[in-house]
Amino acid sequence: MSTLSNQIIAGFDVEKIREDFPVLKQNIHGKPLVYLDSAATAQKPFAVIDAIRRFHEVDCANIHRGVHELSQRSTAAYEETRSKARRFLNARNKNELIFVRGTTEGINLVTSSWGRKNVQEDDEIVISAMEHHSNIVPWQMLCQEKGAKLRVIPMNDRGELLMEEYQKLLNPRTRMVAVTHVSNALGTINPIKQIIDMAHAAGALTLIDGAQATPHMKVDVQALDADFYAFSGHKVFGPTGIGILYGKTKLLNAMPPYQGGGDMIKVVTFEKTTYADIPYKFEAGTPNIAGGIGLGAALDYANQLGIDRIAAYEHALLAYGTEALTQIPGLRLIGTAREKASVLSFVMEGIHPHDIGTLLDRQGIAVRTGHHCAQPVMDFFNVPATTRASLAFYNTFGEIDALVAGLHKVKEVFA
Amino acid sequence: MVHDLYQEIILDHSKRPRNCHSMPDATRQADGYNPLCGDKLKLFVKVENDIVVDVSFVGSGCAISTASASLMTESLKGKTRQEALKLLEKFHELLTTDTAISQDLGKLVVFCGVRDYPARVKCATLAWHTLKSALSTEIAEPVTTE
Repeated sequence: MSTLSNQIIAGFDVEKIREDFPVLKQNIHGKPLVYLDSAATAQKPFAVIDAIRRFHEVDCANIHRGVHELSQRSTAAYEETRSKARRFLNARNKNELIFVRGTTEGINLVTSSWGRKNVQEDDEIVISAMEHHSNIVPWQMLCQEKGAKLRVIPMNDRGELLMEEYQKLLNPRTRMVAVTHVSNALGTINPIKQIIDMAHAAGALTLIDGAQATPHMKVDVQALDADFYAFSGHKVFGPTGIGILYGKTKLLNAMPPYQGGGDMIKVVTFEKTTYADIPYKFEAGTPNIAGGIGLGAALDYANQLGIDRIAAYEHALLAYGTEALTQIPGLRLIGTAREKASVLSFVMEGIHPHDIGTLLDRQGIAVRTGHHCAQPVMDFFNVPATTRASLAFYNTFGEIDALVAGLHKVKEVFA
Repeated sequence: MVHDLYQEIILDHSKRPRNCHSMPDATRQADGYNPLCGDKLKLFVKVENDIVVDVSFVGSGCAISTASASLMTESLKGKTRQEALKLLEKFHELLTTDTAISQDLGKLVVFCGVRDYPARVKCATLAWHTLKSALSTEIAEPVTTE
């Protein structure tokens, strides 16, 4: 099964692709590493590693503030990533892309800047039952500060949002609908276009958490008409500590700065500061230059592979994994939405996820165990935690087989 | 494969935990919570004349935390409060240092494998942290391992 499938799916030569990822070529506890934790962080190709190394070896200087050659090279490389991110999300203008540390900071930027200015007492913010803590807590903090209400779109037992209930939540007091594109704990792909259209019809803005979507599918913020869209570099095969917040020009222009400092100003006197234009208004201080350059290389890498080919291959891998795990007696998949990407979250009867995680690790298999920063999701399914295997395009059908064999061994230990 | 961690006695106690029930006449109780894995534990202790005469627990957790709670309850009965706290210290040393294994630990030495799994130390110590809380105050606040 394994070899044949690898060759025929989407013309995808996975063994060749794996050569690009040095970390995958190692043994863990004497067994070949099977990395099934890409939803937590994705591995990095040589292209990214080399770009970061090259920056430090050859071009290293601060950006936006030197006339010398190195500073100009650094600035050009860093700003080129902004253009790459524009193409990656199909934004209108590169000034609509703000560098942040990651999705979490992107969301916090919106709640701090847009939220503080625009949300008032008794206003309502709508999130969903499957949000990551990073798309719950910042809104909760804003609501507490302003006396606003946080409303939650419920989901069904498959992990799909109830759109009729969502419609009922929308009203003239709804200011913002902040929903994840793909659930990190369940893998559900939400009908984000429909969610955005419904929000707009009610006069609300939208923020989409794209952390789990961007590694797996083509995103077009103009086609979606998203008002804000955030993603993390390290989940799209780039380094940690860098990410992108997209916002529509009109909204960003009307928002106050997020943090004060260097680089976000035009003129400073002790009496008054004139802020820079977007995106720099939101980028105080020396940024993560190496990270930004690494992210640019990551986006190039993903584009070269082709996001649509990645999606097709991963879809086949997920279908194979779903079928294989379903065959294991006592295993229950958590998150069985009809539209899913990349995530196999499950519980096993009588065996705690942490024991599963440790026993798989001893076989070289890396999975995530715990609540996946989505405790309300765990409460909904009435489990304390799950085991989550998450896939990327460098995973193979053989690795799914290894996971299944590993889980059978786990069952033997606890038999 | 990982019998160093999941020894037979640990598996046995995780599948059939001893003293796993509530205790209406407990003189002390405390709640323990491990936010990392969602393990929850309620510990009941009956202390008479400074002697731990009975201990029990209820809760849900991984094999390591359940077995640890179970074996802890067995090892505490008849000890003074002071002796119980001393045992806690030695147990913690067993998990987190390379020092020689203390003879006082008895059956608890089966947990020595945990020191090779730093991510699992919190699982093994949850019950003991909760014990400390139960013994320190008459009405204890919930403790966490964070």
